[in-house]
Amino acid sequence: MATRRSSVGLFLRNPTGLAGLIILSLIIVAALLAPVLFPDDPLDMVTRPFVWPLSNGEFPLGSDSLGRDVLAGIIHGARVSVLIGVASTVIGLVIGTIIGASAGYFGGRTDDLLVRLIEIFQTFPPFLLIVVLVSIVEPSVITITLSIGIVSWPTIARLVRAEFRSLRERDFVLAAQGLGYSNARIVFLEILPNAMAPVIVTTSVMVATAILSEAALSFLGLGDPNLVSWGSMIGAGRDQLRTAWYLVALPGTALVLSVLSLNLLGDGLNDALNPRARGR
Amino acid sequence: MGRFVGTLRRTAWQSVPTVIAIVVIDFFLLRLAPGDAADALAAESGSATEETMTALRHHFGLDQPLLLQFLSYIENLAHFSLGFSPLYNMPVSRLIGERLPGSLLLMTTALVLALVVGITAGVVMSMFAGRLADRVLSVIALLFYSIPGFWIGLMLIVVFSVWLGWLPSGGQETIGAGLSGTGWFIDRVRHLILPATSLALFFIAIYARLVRASMLEVRDQDYVRTATAKGLRPRVITLRHMLWNALLPITTVAGMHVGAILGGAVVVETVFSWPGLGRLAFEAVLKRDFSVLLGILLLSSLMVIVVNMLVDLLQVWLDPRIAVR
Repeated sequence: MATRRSSVGLFLRNPTGLAGLIILSLIIVAALLAPVLFPDDPLDMVTRPFVWPLSNGEFPLGSDSLGRDVLAGIIHGARVSVLIGVASTVIGLVIGTIIGASAGYFGGRTDDLLVRLIEIFQTFPPFLLIVVLVSIVEPSVITITLSIGIVSWPTIARLVRAEFRSLRERDFVLAAQGLGYSNARIVFLEILPNAMAPVIVTTSVMVATAILSEAALSFLGLGDPNLVSWGSMIGAGRDQLRTAWYLVALPGTALVLSVLSLNLLGDGLNDALNPRARGR
Repeated sequence: MGRFVGTLRRTAWQSVPTVIAIVVIDFFLLRLAPGDAADALAAESGSATEETMTALRHHFGLDQPLLLQFLSYIENLAHFSLGFSPLYNMPVSRLIGERLPGSLLLMTTALVLALVVGITAGVVMSMFAGRLADRVLSVIALLFYSIPGFWIGLMLIVVFSVWLGWLPSGGQETIGAGLSGTGWFIDRVRHLILPATSLALFFIAIYARLVRASMLEVRDQDYVRTATAKGLRPRVITLRHMLWNALLPITTVAGMHVGAILGGAVVVETVFSWPGLGRLAFEAVLKRDFSVLLGILLLSSLMVIVVNMLVDLLQVWLDPRIAVR
């Protein structure tokens, strides 16, 4: 318990990690409050087109070519990014942990086979595979989330496998086996909690990557057509890049801030949870 | 020389089952895609009778059992044929062959840029570890790591093409300029700067962070202390003794990221109207031409495998102990 408290303390004394946590919290609050702050559909036309930012108090971030409120779009876009980022990471974590844990714990033939599977998946360029999967099925929040999740598991699987390989010979595992615990109980209740530190660090980077993938997809027009997302706003603003560049700059800034906050958080967690990297 | 041949033979053998699995996955993804080449052609022409559809399916062999179709797919692959694209009305391999050089040029330029800038920044960061220069560069690296290539590409166009008018906003060369010699070369370089920079930023950040970490790892080792005790100049120690050993993890990561660069190229090429594989993949998605899309996917996987084999060879050269493993 003492070590856990000191990890939290270490994290809180890290200025960049803390900054990441604060920015991320603001984005999550914005995402949660979107229906309260902007109850109307952000895809509705509310004013004349091309109101510049800061020129009209009612629409502080201006309006786009169809007279839609940019601020409402960005706040609602946060919902899509956070939802898809978190949900697809959960999928990647579950698949990756099960495969990595089985490979690392059982070893031998199982390990050979699963490592081969991981290698095969890692030869596919991740974003290209997401594009192919999404275009085979119809793009919607669910199919996009599944596709990003399916593509992201190999990183976690490798990580969990490495941790399990080094942990499975430890005394506490031998003791658990000696007590006759089932494999599932040993894997999930004995080893997994001890293998979580590097997984937690990678999780924040995975959410960041997933948010970037979703943005790139909807930028290309392969996103959910019924929802406003930062990527689709950038894609729509691209046509007016020469005259109304703020339509690309503003949602892009929201995107960079959210990804940056997750990466700062990941770095902070890494410093706090990984004693070897301390002071580096 | 022998150790290179041995490594090459071993890695080539190991990749055989991977390649087979990729071909199988690729084929069944193609089957899962809704509609076939006949549907695509019918949609293109606007109308088609049941008879012409049947005739088309027969022509492309789509009416045969799945196993036979798979065997003919394999046979085609063995002849380096990736099938026929009805929408472009040409073999997929020729279509890809036309676009491949553009992508390779863009990706290689971005990779070289990323390695040069990233390694330099990483060495500087490790030399000033914990001090201001290191902190500032670390934050910049993290920012580069967080910026999506397509967005920075658009912003670079706003600044350097729209406002300053210094660089072209898209394409591979000035069309119809009839340039030759040096003028042609400069024109090509001017078109390459913005897309290559957009693609490189993410990888600059990765290499900078990695070089910093592995330089710091190497710093405390005995041979570095020996070199210092011998009275070698610090610059010689940093570059010849430390950096050489810190390069090993860079090669592994660079090999792992070939796929990521290819993925990034899809969006960056679309932003800059760059005639490469990435934009072809995107066009294929819009036209729902899955034979082209899966041809690109298959080729990309093969490229990843080949590059990783080259990385294995490079590592044997950097550290001869690896060949013994």
